[in-house]
Amino acid sequence: MPASDTPSVTRRSAMAGAAASAAAASLPPVALAQAPSAAAPAGALEAPVTATLSLTVNGEAQSLELDTRTTLLDALREHLHLTGTKKGCDHGQCGACTVILDGKRVYSCLTLAVMHEGDAVTTIEGLGRPDSLHPMQAAFVKHDGYQCGYCTPGQICASVAMLEEIKAGIPSHVTADLTAAAQTTAEEIRERMSGNICRCGAYSNILDAITEVAERQA
Amino acid sequence: MKPFTYERARSPAEAAAAAARRPGAKFIAGGTNLLDLMKLQIEVPAHLIDVNGLALDKVEPTPEGGLRIGALVRNTDLAADERVRRDYAVLSRALLAGATGQLRNKATTAGNLLQRTRCPYFYDTAQPCNKRQPGSGCAAIGGFTRPLAVIGGSEACIATNPSDMAVAMRALDAVVETVRPDGTTRSIPIAEFHRLPGGTPHIETALEAGELITAVTLPPPAGGRQFYRKVRDRASYAFALVSVAAVVQRDGTGRVALGGVAHKPWRVEGAEAELRRGAKPAMAAILDGARPTPENAFKLALAERTLASVLAEARG
Amino acid sequence: MKFDTPAGANPIDQLKVVGQPLDRIDGPLKTTGTAPYAYERHDVAPNQAYGHVVGAGIARGRVTAMDIAAARAAAGVIAIVTTLDTPRLAKAKRNAAPLFGGAEIQHYHQAIAVVVAESFEQARAAAQLIRVSYAREPGRFDLAAAAGSAPLVGGDSEEGSGAPPEDRRGDFEGAFGAAPVRLDQTYTTPDESHAMMEPHASIAAWEGDRLTVWTSSQMIAWGKADLATTLGLPPEKVRLVSPYIGGGFGGKLFLRADAVLAALGARAAGRPVKVALTRPLVANNTTHRPATIQRIRIGAGRDGRITAIAHESTSGNLKDGKPETAVQQSKLLYAGANRLTAMRLAELDLPEGNAMRAPGEAPGLMALEIAMDEMAEKLGLDPVRFRILNDTQVDPEHPERPFSHRQLVECLSRGAERFGWSGRNPKPGERRDGRWLVGMGMAAGFRNNLLTKSAARVRLDREGIVTVETDMTDIGTGSYTIIAQTAAEMMGLPIDKVRVRLGDSDFPVSAGSGGQWGANNSTAGVYAACVKLREAVAQRLGFNSADAAFAEGMVRAGNRSAPLGQAAGEAGLVAEDGIEYGDLAKRYQQSTFAGHFVEVAVDAATGETRVRRMLAVCAAGRILNPKSARSQVIGAMTMGVGAALMEDLVVDKRLGFFVNHDLAGYEVPVHADIPHQEVIFLDEVDPVSSPMKAKGVGELGLCGVGAAIANAVYNATGIRVRDYPITLDKLLDRLPEMA
Repeated sequence: MPASDTPSVTRRSAMAGAAASAAAASLPPVALAQAPSAAAPAGALEAPVTATLSLTVNGEAQSLELDTRTTLLDALREHLHLTGTKKGCDHGQCGACTVILDGKRVYSCLTLAVMHEGDAVTTIEGLGRPDSLHPMQAAFVKHDGYQCGYCTPGQICASVAMLEEIKAGIPSHVTADLTAAAQTTAEEIRERMSGNICRCGAYSNILDAITEVAERQA
Repeated sequence: MKPFTYERARSPAEAAAAAARRPGAKFIAGGTNLLDLMKLQIEVPAHLIDVNGLALDKVEPTPEGGLRIGALVRNTDLAADERVRRDYAVLSRALLAGATGQLRNKATTAGNLLQRTRCPYFYDTAQPCNKRQPGSGCAAIGGFTRPLAVIGGSEACIATNPSDMAVAMRALDAVVETVRPDGTTRSIPIAEFHRLPGGTPHIETALEAGELITAVTLPPPAGGRQFYRKVRDRASYAFALVSVAAVVQRDGTGRVALGGVAHKPWRVEGAEAELRRGAKPAMAAILDGARPTPENAFKLALAERTLASVLAEARG
Repeated sequence: MKFDTPAGANPIDQLKVVGQPLDRIDGPLKTTGTAPYAYERHDVAPNQAYGHVVGAGIARGRVTAMDIAAARAAAGVIAIVTTLDTPRLAKAKRNAAPLFGGAEIQHYHQAIAVVVAESFEQARAAAQLIRVSYAREPGRFDLAAAAGSAPLVGGDSEEGSGAPPEDRRGDFEGAFGAAPVRLDQTYTTPDESHAMMEPHASIAAWEGDRLTVWTSSQMIAWGKADLATTLGLPPEKVRLVSPYIGGGFGGKLFLRADAVLAALGARAAGRPVKVALTRPLVANNTTHRPATIQRIRIGAGRDGRITAIAHESTSGNLKDGKPETAVQQSKLLYAGANRLTAMRLAELDLPEGNAMRAPGEAPGLMALEIAMDEMAEKLGLDPVRFRILNDTQVDPEHPERPFSHRQLVECLSRGAERFGWSGRNPKPGERRDGRWLVGMGMAAGFRNNLLTKSAARVRLDREGIVTVETDMTDIGTGSYTIIAQTAAEMMGLPIDKVRVRLGDSDFPVSAGSGGQWGANNSTAGVYAACVKLREAVAQRLGFNSADAAFAEGMVRAGNRSAPLGQAAGEAGLVAEDGIEYGDLAKRYQQSTFAGHFVEVAVDAATGETRVRRMLAVCAAGRILNPKSARSQVIGAMTMGVGAALMEDLVVDKRLGFFVNHDLAGYEVPVHADIPHQEVIFLDEVDPVSSPMKAKGVGELGLCGVGAAIANAVYNATGIRVRDYPITLDKLLDRLPEMA
């Protein structure tokens, strides 16, 4: 590449301390802070704050020193290198980051790692491995309940925990009689799995996979 | 997301006091809305007070025959509570119509009450928004308004409140209990808890700085048949275009609250006398003074038709 | 291997492995989270830093200043590359707007900076400290307003669908004017977002002047060439690696800002950098399916035979962008002597419009197949019957040119029978189920079969293991598995003796994944390489290659036999070849066909539409793996539900951007929206298509679904909506009165 084409860049290799104030610059004609937050509160910090954290992931004790801003999702993916849990939207709008936290399914993108001191997390890697698949993983393979594979770990974690929710008697939006025990019907599974988007559209097959596992459990 | 310090609170009063001490502090419980907004720097707390350890996670009977719901009771657990399912079905239904299993497992009662709007311009930090940045203007007015408010809006803001739970609680006359930084407590009727935008859309609730929600109290069961009908484009995992929470008695009287139409759960007690005459007069009274945009005027007809459908089901 | 005459009998016809509904070979990796996607390659380069992309906050104008002082000073920041510091990068062949560099802004969320820091949190926080000043310029954002003056423009989608600016056969106006039964209607489709689950992501690492990018790309060779052009590098200095792709649907056909900014960030930082576009950036920073306004005129005799058909489509794009080729199928789907198609392209300042799954046909059939339903009603004909009546076995514009294989009539008849179509009440708005209005609809599906050259390398080792290497990608389509099946069939092996390595620009160039051409062409390329390997094996064993038979891991010729691995010896055997096509596509029209049948229920009070049943009957040549092919079709049908009922990138016509730019605002179907879906593949082989005798199905499954749903909504309610998506507000004022 000719030197003249080389983008000139601003380079900084050393970490800086607290930075200058983020007060927005003058506005007209159009000046936009890329993130014009509500006026930065007094006492706003610029330097990261770290915290130590101990939790159990897939049965293994883990100790981490993390930026307080680190989500459980990024702790898993970037720090523990458990990349089976996916980042699809980072805003709780897709379900790809679903993990099982103390037995319940949650979106790991919408919770801070530091809030989970002492908690137990099960990720897709904790359910089964390629040579020893969890029954739900095997059912997804058998029924082709996935295509690109990116939402798949979230679908599987969600479905495993979802069946437990039905067993625990938790109703859903489509439960006709709130005072009766919920049944494991196709309609119930579809509603309860609706927090996991599959853009490839494997839903019909995912339902078959979950139904097979549910029937085996029954 | 800006850096923040973090602490775990050990008691409600201590949490409130800590919040008052630390400028820019916020409580965090489920975090499902707060973290979403922090990532976009729509919320920029300098300090987070984790209140999950406070023992506010129980649903208990009140001496008056109602229920006291701890602020930290998760949406899943509240929806599944047998007493709620039996006596406050509209609340269970509303919770189950909202969000997803994963979100309901995390989201708390108090946090749900404090959900902020889903107006897309509020979420886009390159656009002016009086709610996000007071005085910057409103990009939504004159823009994409289909999901936005049809009543109670202002020149400054036409955002809607996204909660389903709060709509049911409004129909049930719930009361929000809080503790303030000085340790005093108070009870705020839900009708007064959420505010209309007026000229200060960034102020959304009656809470004072540092004030912490400790519980929501439900009065004794209202009886009747209870409904929560949520209307949306996709079948699940979507915010309401319009929702109707209704408690309908055998004699045709009842209560109605609407979601998806205003900056707060919308209920007009004075209009409920019209319910016995049918959905059309009732909704005309409930939405009297509505100022929809051409794009969201359908919500008026939709609210009326949805109520009509609910009343038909109540009769059937 | 040159393919220029229809295929005769070949080893694929054994169908011992090919054609079997085998589980995907990548299934255990995908279901355990061990298949590595682009952003997850902690293993490939040490010391990775995090890049965060900043997008422009205006739609059109100039960046006048960027204050990066606070961001530079922020903790953990290693480097910042801004668009003002960077001369405008060369615009690659397949990009309509430059991806980075210079002050000019052509569309909202165009990248203007990348901030590189030690951690994700630090990069994001620092990016949010950058203050940008803009000089905003007026832009054109309203397709309807621009349509009136939009010029005629031809073009193709680079995904195989194309049309000239205007094309006439016979005398359309005369025949239409004389037709006793006429339809003249306008239909609109909105902008749509691919919304694949994995956002665009790349890790870039430099070794001197050599650049390696682990990315998420459907088309490795396009990406490599375009990245080299954009950065001014010789192509041989660039390597792209993309073994797993978290969905593409056309959104990852082309080089995007993630790869470019990872490369620039890595150079500035002096270490590997990983970049993923944030979800709110994806809709406006990358490409989308452009909105269309389509006018359709059909004239027919009272006997139901079409005498005149015209399809005109207007879409918008950036100055160097192309039209959405929505008229393409109307040139080929139905008979009729007098024909007109035309495309107009308005220049707009919205983000770049480009291919999304079945570009052209998907929106085109959403319009055409409503028009056919309306026309059938005018004629008093059953919609299935009307379509069958107007079937053609030749290209209607060139009657001397037959279809290689066309079973549309069979798709429709078989589907009607299977679905219980005869139970449909032709009078709309009559069927009630409690609070629901119930109706059925159908549509024809059509998508061309595209031939494009594709190469592969096959290695045989002494254990008898065959390894296939090609730059083909698997975007969820099942490429790994059908390629393994092809090699297994050719070499006489069980599938577990085949290894498949994909998505690396160091491998032979394949067709890539787009235009539903991947399956047929990439396996044909593997077939060609395996033919060469078989010859090498026979030669090594001293067998006559013409009568060598490959089966059960053995090679036999006459009364001699040897284990396949024996031919490999210590060094192994390698063969490389590809498929190239002659003029069969010119002599024969090659297309795939479907009949889509749908039942919907519409809430009589609220107008909410819920799909109850779906059936697709497909004729698409040999089905290489019925299990993964079925998945392609049900996935496409699901996308069709989204297009029909909810998907709509909403344009703010004042500010010039897609407002609902996240997965909460841009709704795609969830589990609760999708009923059981049935797919039937007609038994078909098409020897004109390739030695595999296969065609594509991945886009066919989408083509027509939207209209089938629209027609079902009409049948349920009596309300004809010609403006997608069919949301409840478009039905509400015409639904039955409420008590």
